[in-house]
Amino acid sequence: MAIKDKLSGNEAIAVAMRQIDPDVVAAFPITPSTEVPQYFSQFVANGQVHTEFVAVESEHSAMSACIGAEAAGARTMTATSSQGLALMWEMLYIAASLRLPIVMSVINRALSGPINIHNDHSDSMGARDSGWIQLYCENNQEAYDNLIQAIRIAEHKDVQLPVMVCYDGFITSHAVENIELIEDEKVKEFIGEYKPQYSLLDRDNPISMGPLDMPAFYFEHKRAQAEAMKNAKRVILEVAQEFEKLTGRKYGYFEEYKMEDAEVGIVIMNSTAGTAKFVVNELRKQGIKAGLIKLRVFRPFPFEELGKALSHLKAVAIMDKAESFSTAGGPLFTEVRSAMFDYAKDTKAVSYIYGLGGRDVRPDEIMGVYKDLLEIARTGQVKSTFNYLGVRE
Amino acid sequence: MTKERKMNIREDASWKEMLQGGHIIDAGNAEDFKTGDWRSMRPVWLPDKCKQCLLCWPVCPDMAIPVENGKRKDFDFDHCKGCGICVEVCPFKAIDFVEEE
Amino acid sequence: MAYNLKTLTEKEERITGGHRMCAGCGAPIVVRTVLRALKPEDHAVIGVATGCLEVSTCLYPYTAWKDSFIHSAFENAAATVSGAEAAYRALAKVGKVKGTTKFIAFGGDGGTYDIGFQALSGAMERGHDMVYVCYDNEAYMNTGIQRSSSTPKYADTTTSPAGSEIPGKVQFKKDLTMIMAAHNIPYVAQTAPFRNLKDLYEKAEKALYTPGPAFLNVLAPCPRGWRYNTPQLMEIVRLAIETCVWPLYEVIEGKFILNYKPKNKLPVVEYLKPQGRFRHLFTKENEGLLDEIQKEVDRRWNRLLELCGEA
Ligand SMILES: Cc1ncc(C[n+]2csc(CCOP(=O)(O)OP(=O)(O)O)c2C)c(N)n1
Ligand code: SF4
Ligand code: SF4
Ligand code: SF4
Ligand SMILES: [Mg+2]
Repeated sequence: MAIKDKLSGNEAIAVAMRQIDPDVVAAFPITPSTEVPQYFSQFVANGQVHTEFVAVESEHSAMSACIGAEAAGARTMTATSSQGLALMWEMLYIAASLRLPIVMSVINRALSGPINIHNDHSDSMGARDSGWIQLYCENNQEAYDNLIQAIRIAEHKDVQLPVMVCYDGFITSHAVENIELIEDEKVKEFIGEYKPQYSLLDRDNPISMGPLDMPAFYFEHKRAQAEAMKNAKRVILEVAQEFEKLTGRKYGYFEEYKMEDAEVGIVIMNSTAGTAKFVVNELRKQGIKAGLIKLRVFRPFPFEELGKALSHLKAVAIMDKAESFSTAGGPLFTEVRSAMFDYAKDTKAVSYIYGLGGRDVRPDEIMGVYKDLLEIARTGQVKSTFNYLGVRE
Repeated sequence: MTKERKMNIREDASWKEMLQGGHIIDAGNAEDFKTGDWRSMRPVWLPDKCKQCLLCWPVCPDMAIPVENGKRKDFDFDHCKGCGICVEVCPFKAIDFVEEE
Repeated sequence: MAYNLKTLTEKEERITGGHRMCAGCGAPIVVRTVLRALKPEDHAVIGVATGCLEVSTCLYPYTAWKDSFIHSAFENAAATVSGAEAAYRALAKVGKVKGTTKFIAFGGDGGTYDIGFQALSGAMERGHDMVYVCYDNEAYMNTGIQRSSSTPKYADTTTSPAGSEIPGKVQFKKDLTMIMAAHNIPYVAQTAPFRNLKDLYEKAEKALYTPGPAFLNVLAPCPRGWRYNTPQLMEIVRLAIETCVWPLYEVIEGKFILNYKPKNKLPVVEYLKPQGRFRHLFTKENEGLLDEIQKEVDRRWNRLLELCGEA
């Protein structure tokens, strides 16, 4: 029997970590992720987990210690936000290239400067090409579910890559919501025992990790890493199927909301999807064929699947809660549109950058986006491809 | 003599032949890489003068002075780089230092 | 057990030839001696910071390391190894480790005094059971001999070049051993490959087998950066010690112990003279600079004597 509870996103993540009972957690405080190591260190202090908690002196060392621990064959987890993730940047690439299945919660927060503790996605979007798998979550339930699935995805023998589970700072991390938890034993059973293929502690098979590569080998090592990311596409769905059997909750690369007959739609990530679904419902009441896609898996990018899912729309808005300063739209826009070039050539696409630094997004603003899309659908003309939503011009 | 190795990665190997992460599982296989041709000077051991004090053995940066049963043997010229550190520390002038041919 | 070279030759070498350090480099001598202090039955996990040692000993598809080795980045050898050590403790709790594993991090002076200093301080403060060994060659050698905070005053490096106005690096060397002593960890020592390597070996042994964190600062001459002839390595080290530029001492549970007191303390010029990096000091107009170096060496030496109760 599933356990019904009321928890904040950070509490839910900490509970999942307790159930996972990793060997090592190395973390450093930063708002809004701080509660995760706080709650978790209490579990350690109470002897509820066997974990070695390493209270490092920086996020750079947090990720470095995670790398050392995972390389030594320990199931290893951490959590961070914003500047913390930015400080880890160098080590993110190394964790992925060493093929270490570390699992990290990223509680999305704007990057400095100016310093701002509120939510947007500039932190994890900045790390999108680091070689980590990235899962995005709308709410507490998804954060909890994704974290548990992340262990299985990361540690799969064909993947062996680190995973970030990203959810919105404050909005998801601090808001208390209803949640269904899985029983401790069932989580244990689902994730299984960690049996690393290579480990520094395997004294009978000493190994050297992290060599210097000359041009004769670096490219091949990167090619192998890319293959693992390809495999992750398959494994993410396999794990989701098993998870559905366990919980009845269904996960894929993205969620399609009222998309079957939709004519206009938006692509969005994390908590704003909740607001946007409300708007879709309102539009549907007016007889407008609006739909929505909430992307769960940004890395690996579901190029073909997402492209195809947008092919029957007349117009789509791709919503980025991060600026990439390319002057050509946010990062999500760029990639979705690239997929559409192959699979949804006839759908018009526009970019909206919204909600930076915790700026509220109101339903009427999202309603405005759909109105713009309807206009594009009606006229077949895009007046403005690159747009900001909710900024004072 | 090259030892049996678990990995045999040559420069024409495809990525499929390599272990994940660029891991190396042949601990100590650097031995297979010969650095002897770096030498411009060559140490010459004079067994007649050698008192087997072993002072030369631990100061070699290239582990190129093999010792068996407590006695040093001739240099491992596959790896000796000809730095001359051993030459200077020998208290008995039992190592000559000559130009490499 | 008394230090005996013949007995020590029976221990298997834990780093092999075929690495790509320059001929006559001091670092591999330091490394092989430290590793020799391991008990043969103990396994080691060795983390190395980016630098000459790392790029030369683990160049794909070759590794010179017989134990388990990890390199992740430049500034984090201490943090990386601390993670591996935490893993060992966690896995030991659930019966998943075999035998004893020792944890060792090696970093150059750049990776230790400078960019890796925070990670080092953190790992030592947290109390991991590990040994951090700095092989101090007094500059960033791997990137072409740039100054570090360990570079001695007036040394000529590629970012503290001796010019007509500025005679090399203008700051004195940071005293990292003292800073590590101030961490109040169980074992701190300053050493060098001196004479028959007894001092280095025995300190490595103590560092490895004292429970908790330990720090070794080991002078490791670099013939390329210091510009002396390779055969002179052991003589250069001897001069560093006999001039009291690099005193041999240890700090055990906060107690300072001097391990070697020169019978005739040599003038510092004896040490500086054979090294090209100080050549510009030996001109008429730079005489005062040599006096300045001598004064600082004397000041630090006298302070150490006081701490060791030898004054
Ligand atoms: C973050 C970062 N900055 C700079 C470098 C470039 N770098 C690599 S090794 C090195 C110097 C190493 O100096 P040291 O630690 O003294 O070791 P040595 O090479 O002298 O043995 C530098 C600057 C790097 N790899 N990573
Ligand atoms: S010359 Fe140098 S490398 Fe060769 S044996 Fe002597 S010390 Fe070793
Ligand atoms: S130092 Fe000289 S005398 Fe001693 S073992 Fe070596 S060669 Fe022989
Ligand atoms: S540059 Fe110096 S430290 Fe680096 S390998 Fe050469 S001799 Fe050794
Ligand atoms: Mg250096």
